[in-house]
Amino acid sequence: MRVRWQMAAIAGAGSCLALLPAAHPAAFVESFLYLIFLWVALATSWAILSGYSGYFSFGHGAFFGAGMYTTANLAGPLGLPFLWTVPAAGLSAMVLGVAVGAVVFRVRRLRGELFALLTLAVTFVLATVVLNTPLDGGPGVYLSGVKLPALYGGGTSTIYLLGLAVALASVVAALLVQQSRLGRGLFAISDDEDVAEVMGIPSFRYKLTALAMSCFLAGVAGGIHAVFVFYVTVAETFSITVPLYVVLMSVLGGARHWIGPAIGAALVTALTYAFVGGDLAVIGRAAIGLVLVLAVLFLPQGVTGLLASRARRSLRLPQPGAAMPPAVAPQRPLRPGSPLLACQDVQLSFRGVRALGGVELEVREGEILGLVGPNGSGKSTLTNVISGYYRPDAGRVLFAGHDLGHEPAHRIARLGIARTYQIPRPYARLSVAENVALSAMFGAAGLEPDAALRRAMDSLAIVGLDARARTLPRELNLHQRKFLELARVVASGARLVLLDEVLAGLSPAEMDSALSLVRAIRDRGTTIVFIEHNMRAVLSLTDRLVVLNHGQVIAAGAPRAVMRQPEVVAAYLGTAHA
Amino acid sequence: MPSANLLGQSLLSGILAGGLYALLGLGLSLSWRFLRIINLSHFGFIFLGAYLTYQVATSFHLSPFAVMLAIVPLLFALGVAQQALFVRFAVNEFGSLLVTFGMVAIIESLIQYFWTADFRRLESGYGTLSYRIGPLFLPVAEALTFLVAVVLGLAAWAALRFTYLGKAMRASAEDPAMAAAFGVRERSLALLVAGTSAATAGIAGTFVALTATLAPAQIYAWIGVIFAVVIMGGLGNPLGILAAGLLIGVSEALTMALTSPSWAPLVSFTLLIAVLILRPGRV
Repeated sequence: MRVRWQMAAIAGAGSCLALLPAAHPAAFVESFLYLIFLWVALATSWAILSGYSGYFSFGHGAFFGAGMYTTANLAGPLGLPFLWTVPAAGLSAMVLGVAVGAVVFRVRRLRGELFALLTLAVTFVLATVVLNTPLDGGPGVYLSGVKLPALYGGGTSTIYLLGLAVALASVVAALLVQQSRLGRGLFAISDDEDVAEVMGIPSFRYKLTALAMSCFLAGVAGGIHAVFVFYVTVAETFSITVPLYVVLMSVLGGARHWIGPAIGAALVTALTYAFVGGDLAVIGRAAIGLVLVLAVLFLPQGVTGLLASRARRSLRLPQPGAAMPPAVAPQRPLRPGSPLLACQDVQLSFRGVRALGGVELEVREGEILGLVGPNGSGKSTLTNVISGYYRPDAGRVLFAGHDLGHEPAHRIARLGIARTYQIPRPYARLSVAENVALSAMFGAAGLEPDAALRRAMDSLAIVGLDARARTLPRELNLHQRKFLELARVVASGARLVLLDEVLAGLSPAEMDSALSLVRAIRDRGTTIVFIEHNMRAVLSLTDRLVVLNHGQVIAAGAPRAVMRQPEVVAAYLGTAHA
Repeated sequence: MPSANLLGQSLLSGILAGGLYALLGLGLSLSWRFLRIINLSHFGFIFLGAYLTYQVATSFHLSPFAVMLAIVPLLFALGVAQQALFVRFAVNEFGSLLVTFGMVAIIESLIQYFWTADFRRLESGYGTLSYRIGPLFLPVAEALTFLVAVVLGLAAWAALRFTYLGKAMRASAEDPAMAAAFGVRERSLALLVAGTSAATAGIAGTFVALTATLAPAQIYAWIGVIFAVVIMGGLGNPLGILAAGLLIGVSEALTMALTSPSWAPLVSFTLLIAVLILRPGRV
């Protein structure tokens, strides 16, 4: 297990801090440390969604505030035991967050920006609701009557310990998420969400899960903070301070690292402790704003970002094997030659422009099917329909007995379809090995992280990139990036692979190695749709050929015979006017 | 049920408030569409304009509109400087959200430092002036705001549609590389857009000073409703902004008349959520 020493460090630090009240420190020490814990919990919980997935929430104050007011009302006027109100505080914040996420995560364009703005708006909306209802009603809520369990003989120590607990819980959650499928999926979403979804990551569910965790922890922190401040008001609770500080701390410490936000939180809290009261508080806020601006401009990866490239280079990777990783065996094997994928009258229009006008197409088990056609004939659109990125207006896409028409893209990937992109789209901030491992985790193979990494290394060895496993994709040249795309489909274990112009831009020698690789992929039992403009490659490689023009299939059959058909010649060269 | 008279008055004030919303959102929408910058500091600029109008007009007994003439070039320069910074550091859409979040916090703190957190009110004579039209009162300051919003909105629409600069901007937003190949000078165009956007914030600031009571924390209070207007209106679409402003302004006014004024902030949010659920392709 990779996280063992990190867990030991967290446990060690946690137990030392938990024993501190036994030494009866001065009261301000406990409150100062409590404040650090609070901000560690808030910043870390924020980063579980926003740092990992790149969906920045400006509404953490709302979720924190929802927790505060839940405890304030349950423990105050209603008089429930305080400890019971804390999980309730987390739950109410979670419900609020999931409701917001369920709406905005469905939007396709601008979703990140919309999420940021919407969460910011939620803060003020919630403030309005609380102010206008008996939840507060204006004067604020006093919690003087709330009884705290006395640990180490005092209420302050209890709050201190609760703060410590939620801070530790947040940091542990951030660590575990980072190492899990969820975390890896979130990182992919943050780099290229469309690709992530097409490669099998259930992006909607993952974002919602991360948001739920993030809000729950923020709500719990709010519930505890309510008794710390003891007098809860709308103006203080829903101020801009919480989101501003949380974003700053995480960005400063490094939002993509589990410990980054905690480091940022400790730094900023200690710094702002110097600015208390009066004019200095105002200056302090300006300074925080300035630090945020400078941090984004000069240190966009945060403090922990400085360590990231070193960590990447020292990453321990398994030795690759020599064999091609096999395709995932189907549950119901098909005879070679029987139809694996069938498009029936597939239609799709964009704002009245007809991209696909009733495509009829069959891909047979075990073949390499060439898909050719002039530019704009609908090849890429068809690829996007089969892989689930676009939903057809009409018609059916059948894959091994499943109707793909209404399946989300990530389900289609899981069923066993993988694709490459004409212009390679690797996850820019993940290493080459991680890029490929994600396909092994979320594609048809569906492996756990460690096994996925082994399979990724095998796949990289097959395409000759195993020596570059630790680098970032931007350090690869074009032909290496094309082979990275191929390594991804190899690792995914898909039964059907859509290759979108893998040869474009390659030199003749590179083309030859790409072609023999494609043959090797087919020989392991994968069916291939080969989209290409290079006719010599198409004729030498494919078993059958389908020609697309104006969104319709105009010819299909044996490659050489098809290319001689007059319609095909006309589509490519125009009609002769003799 | 409130009387017809009250409803009419609410409707009128809703329409006028819609004008103010459109005025505040115009620059924001332009810089989002054409610069890919989501400028939270726009709200800081607006309040900077408002406080400067308040201070100069009060101290020197000037007309707020005379002050506005000085504020416009000042904010234009500020907007250009900000854009130059974004270009220098290659700030993307998301980075801009963070950076300008920091900037608005700085501006808010500075305003609080110089003018304190107390409420300030510009006593200009316009604030209380109103005409009587039949049973309704037409407040002059709000009516002027509305008029300016409509004029600026139409001007922006016409400029985008008919002038060379406007067409170049639209081309550049669609495909920067292609536009550049056709001779569009993207950099200087971007500076112009940023300056103009900030200048509209200055104009809006003067009208905020005329029609509203100022406090530093108010900067954030506008963000929700104005972004709702910008998103519903369609990015970079001045006429859409006007329409969305009116829709939200009127809905808020009617909500205030029928329920209680303090529920108004919920209206824009609800409308925005409705748009996002019903027509997610709209944005």
